[in-house]
Amino acid sequence: MSAANLQANTAKPGFDPRRIKRDFPIFANNPGLVFLDSAASAQKPAAVIDRVSDFYRTDYANVHRGVYRLSARSSELYEGARETARKFLNAASSDEIVFVRGATEAINLVAYSWGMNFLKPGDEVLVTELEHHANIVPWQLIRERTGLKLVAAPIDASGGLDLAAFERMLSKKTKLVAVTQLANATGALLPIEAIIRLAHQAGAKVLIDGCQAAPRLSVDVRALDCDFYVFSGHKTYGPTGIGVLYAKKAILESMPPFQGGGDMIEQVTFEKTTFQHPPHRFEAGTPDISGAIGLARALDYIDDLGRDAILAHEEHLTFYGVDRLSKIPGVRLVNAGQNRLGILSLDVQGIHPHDLATILDQHKVAVRAGHHCAQPLMDRLGLSGTTRASLGIYNDESDIDALAEALVQARKIFG
Amino acid sequence: MDTRELYQDIILDHGRHPRNFRALAHPTHTAQGHNPLCGDRVTVYLELDGDTIKDLSFEGRGCAISTASASLMTEVLKGKSVAAAEELFKDFHARVTGHEHPEKHPSHGLEDDLERLDPLTGVKAYPARVKCATLAWHAFEAALKDGNVTVKTE
Repeated sequence: MSAANLQANTAKPGFDPRRIKRDFPIFANNPGLVFLDSAASAQKPAAVIDRVSDFYRTDYANVHRGVYRLSARSSELYEGARETARKFLNAASSDEIVFVRGATEAINLVAYSWGMNFLKPGDEVLVTELEHHANIVPWQLIRERTGLKLVAAPIDASGGLDLAAFERMLSKKTKLVAVTQLANATGALLPIEAIIRLAHQAGAKVLIDGCQAAPRLSVDVRALDCDFYVFSGHKTYGPTGIGVLYAKKAILESMPPFQGGGDMIEQVTFEKTTFQHPPHRFEAGTPDISGAIGLARALDYIDDLGRDAILAHEEHLTFYGVDRLSKIPGVRLVNAGQNRLGILSLDVQGIHPHDLATILDQHKVAVRAGHHCAQPLMDRLGLSGTTRASLGIYNDESDIDALAEALVQARKIFG
Repeated sequence: MDTRELYQDIILDHGRHPRNFRALAHPTHTAQGHNPLCGDRVTVYLELDGDTIKDLSFEGRGCAISTASASLMTEVLKGKSVAAAEELFKDFHARVTGHEHPEKHPSHGLEDDLERLDPLTGVKAYPARVKCATLAWHAFEAALKDGNVTVKTE
């Protein structure tokens, strides 16, 4: 057997980050870029960029309004994107897919439409200490108007969710459990199957923030049996300004509109307006048509690579990164429980995260520094912030190596 | 620009061992500075004697740039008049933001002080870090103006 054959046999079939990297024009236009900030926003493959551009060039018109054929075609593509998102989450019906601006808007939609109407004084919304601000602040905003109580389940010493404490905090008062599937600040993976089962036993609905999980894991909302699932398009290699709210059909049908306008009505008179059925009830005004179509292309791109292959890649690279970085003197990985995926949050002795990120940038290593919109978690961990490297489908060992070398250089400067 | 130009020894030294890093017993003015982007916080304490900055100190947590800037600020402003301090901040701010007038050379007798602050001007190549270098100065200005307040960088 030749050396070339040997190499071909040991490589994971069909998944080659170096080949994938060539699909992303940003890397050709920024030679040497070591991009380790996909958790903030992922780069876009040419397929997505071209899809948006082609759509505007050949098929664009407003949706659901025109009688003419071009508008019908545009509507078909937009609704086709909804079907692609349905498949991506394995939802039962595309009527359960609402296009929103992103996960933040999705959670706000649930808070203002479902929360404002179904939460009563004393009802509890149970989150965790691992949440992004987007899954904390909307509940605080409606707290005054509903009288809800916001409670947070703690992390344990390992940095993962303390599931026993979570279970103890569930009660008849718990009406909603809103948790992240994968903590954006540390990479801690939460046991959402158990969380959903326990929450349902207590009679609570469950919202899953899938922002970091959707680009990395297979998601099956029917198998999970979650009531709401949200994710952002720009973190799944799609355009900015588009995201998905999944909700069970019966729940969506019980929810009043979030915003009023065109496209969400059945009939309008000055006395009374009747509203469309979901999902259009929640999509007032001209939607982000090209965003939805670009997102669908991104989700197809992910599916073509294979969700299992992506997970295996992220697991492998996470393991490699933990091993490589934890060997550097003065570098500590922030605890992320028993299961860490795709995100490596670093606490480097004697160097403030912002100083570190500036030095890493000099080595063309792009990372995120700060509190990662998770200030309660940083307070809990006793850190003002961390330096976070996050992985994507285009990263490989050489990116981790470049980060490691830059960390060593930074340690020399601050020595 | 090389990072060593930004992280010169004087910055690293003041970042590690900030001068006047304490609260004043009897400040006449105080203000808090807060950078919501990174969570950095600084409290500036000022004791005025008439029009003279009798004492100046700070406390807080921050990156090397913001700590060094606060430390150097307390050193150069102590003993100055309020008017001279304001003049110095104006020139320093213009330098770190890269808005310095090319033909204008300061002739107010503060050239040596500006020279001391020169290592901080490396941040002008890093727009995201300008706020780090000016946080304590904004807090100082707010303390002068309002006595007891919190200022934010954005």
